[in-house]
Amino acid sequence: MSEKNIILKSSISGILLAFLLLFFLPESRTAGYENVPRLNPNCPPGFKRNADNECIAQSLYMQYDSPNNKGVGGLQTGLPEIRDGFSPQEIDLGRYLFFDPVLSGSGTISCATCHDPKKGFSDGLPTSIGHNGQQLKRAAPSLWNVAFLKKLFWDGRASTLEEQLKGPLFSEEEMNNTPESLLKTLNEIQEYRAFFAEAFPKRRAEDRIELNEVYRAIAAFQSSLLSLNSKYDRYAHGYHEALNEKEIEGMNVFRSFIARCAECHTPPLFTNQQFAVIGTPEPDGLPLDPGAEIPFNDKTLRGAFKVPSLRNIAKTAPYMHSGNFSTLRETVEFYTKGRGHAVPEDEDIILHWHIWDPQLSDYELDRLVDFLNTLTDETFMPRIPERLPSGLKPSI
Amino acid sequence: MKSTLFKIIAAIVLLVAGIFLGKSMFSSPKVSTVPMPSGIGLRTTGNSNDTLYANTITYDGEIIEVKSGASIQEAVKKANPGDLIRVYPGTYSENVYIDKDNIGLQGVVIEGEWPTLDGKKEINDAFLYSGNGILIENFKIVNYKGNGIMGQAGNNFVIRNNWIIDTGVYGIFPQYGKNGLIEHNVCSKIEDAAIYVGMCDNVDVLHNEVFDNVAGIEIENSRHCLVENNYAHDNTGGLLAFVTPGLPIKTTFDVIMRNNFVVNNNTANFGAPGSTVAGIPAGTGILIMAADDVVVENNIITGNNNTGITIVDLATGAPKANDPNSEGNPDRVVILDNIMYENGNDPTGEIKAIMLSQMDTKGPDIFAYGGGTGSSIRDKNRYRTFGLDGYGTAPINDTKGIRTMMTPSPVPARSVSKEELGELTYYGVCAGCHAFGTRLIGPPTEILQAIHNGNPQGIVDYINNPKNLREDYPEMPPQDYLSDEAKLAVAEYILNMKHETVTNSNQ
Repeated sequence: MSEKNIILKSSISGILLAFLLLFFLPESRTAGYENVPRLNPNCPPGFKRNADNECIAQSLYMQYDSPNNKGVGGLQTGLPEIRDGFSPQEIDLGRYLFFDPVLSGSGTISCATCHDPKKGFSDGLPTSIGHNGQQLKRAAPSLWNVAFLKKLFWDGRASTLEEQLKGPLFSEEEMNNTPESLLKTLNEIQEYRAFFAEAFPKRRAEDRIELNEVYRAIAAFQSSLLSLNSKYDRYAHGYHEALNEKEIEGMNVFRSFIARCAECHTPPLFTNQQFAVIGTPEPDGLPLDPGAEIPFNDKTLRGAFKVPSLRNIAKTAPYMHSGNFSTLRETVEFYTKGRGHAVPEDEDIILHWHIWDPQLSDYELDRLVDFLNTLTDETFMPRIPERLPSGLKPSI
Repeated sequence: MKSTLFKIIAAIVLLVAGIFLGKSMFSSPKVSTVPMPSGIGLRTTGNSNDTLYANTITYDGEIIEVKSGASIQEAVKKANPGDLIRVYPGTYSENVYIDKDNIGLQGVVIEGEWPTLDGKKEINDAFLYSGNGILIENFKIVNYKGNGIMGQAGNNFVIRNNWIIDTGVYGIFPQYGKNGLIEHNVCSKIEDAAIYVGMCDNVDVLHNEVFDNVAGIEIENSRHCLVENNYAHDNTGGLLAFVTPGLPIKTTFDVIMRNNFVVNNNTANFGAPGSTVAGIPAGTGILIMAADDVVVENNIITGNNNTGITIVDLATGAPKANDPNSEGNPDRVVILDNIMYENGNDPTGEIKAIMLSQMDTKGPDIFAYGGGTGSSIRDKNRYRTFGLDGYGTAPINDTKGIRTMMTPSPVPARSVSKEELGELTYYGVCAGCHAFGTRLIGPPTEILQAIHNGNPQGIVDYINNPKNLREDYPEMPPQDYLSDEAKLAVAEYILNMKHETVTNSNQ
């Protein structure tokens, strides 16, 4: 009897204590600190914040179906599956990291150095400049709409943004950092410690910054770069006055089976996300870039590159994997100069079947350029941070 | 003098009156044609007792007539969903593109005179469409460079009764469409496939004649297709079902080839170098490459000089293209009873070499090579075969239970409620400049609510024709490109939004 009483009493007081703790402990914890949120609690444009504090992408393309859920088709076709669901804080933290040269070994190169928002999140160079001013082998791809891509890098060797961004971060030729040094640097910056604590609230605030958190935040920011409101999109959604006659002519050349552009640069994203061997020339004196042959160890992929999206293509000259074409006009002209005309004679590469001899006229080439210029939309341009937790100048 | 003049005038008047009377009394009545299928569904009659409704979409809106000398595209620009564009005989040299839903384009053939789209070998494509519910029928299409009729997306399409000659790469080419009917077309002199069903689902290809092409009918990276009652003759290859690697949609399965004539497909290959069909040897009746669950039933397959039916994997048939995500084996192919004779009279290339190794100078009726499992044949003894040792007994005797591969009713458009449309528009478009509680480029959303409280039309009017109300903000560009529904939906959505207490959410 008395034993039972003791159990009862202690359990009641235990429950009471638990309740008290639940009520007062969080408050007493926060009382000492001034926990003012420093990261933007709102999702970037193009996203709706849900009840779980996740940013879910929204676009007018969500009105449409997508055949076999691949996100390829015609004008009113749904987009490919998007990587979204990051919190606003993760995205905003990623924005600081993205522009912060403290991420590089030398403290002089940020992600934005080669992915400059003013240059279509590319760098305007044929191939990028890396650590110590060295010339890299390939052009920096645009990051607009990268959240829809299933293959990353020109040769498609990464399948997630997290996997991808480790490449330049830790490449000796590029940002030349090491995981250890990166963590040490970031953990020494108190403001980053606070930012990470805010972006990753499930772990203890005093915990050290971890690599996965760095990757996730940068991936979150990159995933927020949506460009889906171009003149072309207005046409696609049914406002046919959005494009002028010449642009419509260009669109019809683009999707005709003569030029066949849309067969690989398929709307709505203007890529079918496959590999293609098109046989573009390398800059003078450089050997053929084997492309996807190397990571996939597959001879049939020699010279193959991922089909890039053409959204904001007018902003990202020069063109192709090694930037050999300085204008869109030169780029579209490549396709009508003959199948394999630029392939070195000693190379036996398997050109894509859509590379043929379409004999496009100068007029048609001009119209194609007109159309490509309608794919520009930078209304959801993110803001460059005015100051960075590292105290360094945002580097672009 | 006066009376002479009067007489002359009177004579002229009488003459004119006479001509007028004669013309109106004796001329054949002005041609009037019935604009089918206005108001009724499209029907197809088969050998069964009842009539099959092929499409219940109707074009009973306005009828827009296009006469010789006018432009079909101008009519398309005027048309609204549900309208029927009737094109009268004449030559129309244009590229017609249809980026709208539910538009019917119907040629009117009068006394053997067809409305003819003539590309003069200068224009790329005759018809390009991206909308759902497109009907294209009764046109003669000649001398284009790219395609006769090409669809990019667009469900519930009907392409029938067209006469297509030398239109470049493809005659009829729907791509990324679901639920379509391609019937009663005659296509010739096409340098790739006359009828090419690419990355589609649920398509019937019925009663077409295809000849003098590289490929007759090609079902590629598509599922649930019925190829029935077609006459494929004098092509390089007659009927094809295959997987092309490197495309975003990667499978072909559930294809029935039934009751076709596949005859004398011995035309030398004139396909473009590098194209998949350029590798098809002349003399190929039916080619099944990497496609699964293909049934070949009740066809008459004769006089194809290489083989009657070739069944190969990708490694054999298209060894150059590689795609680790494309499964390259033809699995569960079912050969039911077919009439086959005089195939393989003059085999070429690999098949010739392989048959010579079998001490045979003729190609077989049925040739299978490479991987694949679960395939079967109903009566192997009827045919001369090679490589069918692994084929079991067919699990079915016929496919009579399957009358169509089309969906029972049109594929519905994805429906989006008014509130969802408002939300998509707000976050997908407006949020670039407006947000709750913060100033982006335009005023915060709560200010819009305060200005237009209870008056969604006020927002719609402003969207159409912005007047700068506030000096401290830049002028908004008109957003009049949004559809009327989207404008009203987003106006109501904005007015119904509640201020979120976002600042505490990250705790």
